[in-house]
Amino acid sequence: MSLWEYANPKRFMSWTAPVLPWAFGLAGLCLVTGLIWGFFFTPDDYRQGSTVKIIYLHVPSALMAINAWIMMLVASLIWLVRRHHVSALAAKAAAPVGITMTLIALMTGAIWGQPMWGTYWAWDPRLTSFLILFLFYLGYMALWAAIDDPDTAADLTSVLCMVGSVFALLSRYAVNFWNQGLHQGASLSLDKEENVADVFFQPLLLSIAGFVLLFFALVLLRTRTEIRSRRVRALQMRESRS
Amino acid sequence: MIPDLGKYAAEVGLAYAVSLVLLAAIVGLSWRQSVIQRAALDAAEARKNG
Repeated sequence: MSLWEYANPKRFMSWTAPVLPWAFGLAGLCLVTGLIWGFFFTPDDYRQGSTVKIIYLHVPSALMAINAWIMMLVASLIWLVRRHHVSALAAKAAAPVGITMTLIALMTGAIWGQPMWGTYWAWDPRLTSFLILFLFYLGYMALWAAIDDPDTAADLTSVLCMVGSVFALLSRYAVNFWNQGLHQGASLSLDKEENVADVFFQPLLLSIAGFVLLFFALVLLRTRTEIRSRRVRALQMRESRS
Repeated sequence: MIPDLGKYAAEVGLAYAVSLVLLAAIVGLSWRQSVIQRAALDAAEARKNG
């Protein structure tokens, strides 16, 4: 069977139904364990004091804010190339989750920034590109809401998503190629020497797993809702014609 | 049980409160929309079938 058949709405509804409770359960388990471990059982940092505990929220949410947009980009490209309705609906479903992650990253960053940098906000490359990404999320959701025809909405939002991807990538790599601004380098890297100490790293990994699983579970749930909504609309149109 | 957060207790507490409220809001809203659409689909299919 082709992979694309899983994107058939009926088949999508049937395979996601048993997966959903497991995804939410695992997300809850990882998130609760990671946050409790990080909050209650890790020491303060010698320079940041207890504000280091904000890392367990800020890093995973920032990571997911960018990855959610990348997922939307892939789904949008699939829609543009193959016209799979479920992929367009999955992109639409991911946007409110992505904007929530972006908002958490922006707010926790600002709250951490005041005691550490002496300011809630600075027009630093990473912060600014993140704010623009937030505005792109708003625009993307507004565009879906503003257009009645679902296929036209999917086409236009896909194009917007491609444009916004520039800022999603800028948000990720700004700290690497702009050596200016307040934001420090990436907290996590494949180069082990640059990573945070193990005592912070282990609960952070668990918290990241929780955010990834929660995003996955929410996108599945919301895509199922979008498919149902599309079906209700089709039935109502059929009723009004007869 | 609550760790001593020292002089940054307000900032750490606020960051956790804001994040947990936002996470609860997106989960709650998604769940509510799911329940509403499921009921709407059941009603529409019931009308169609009979």
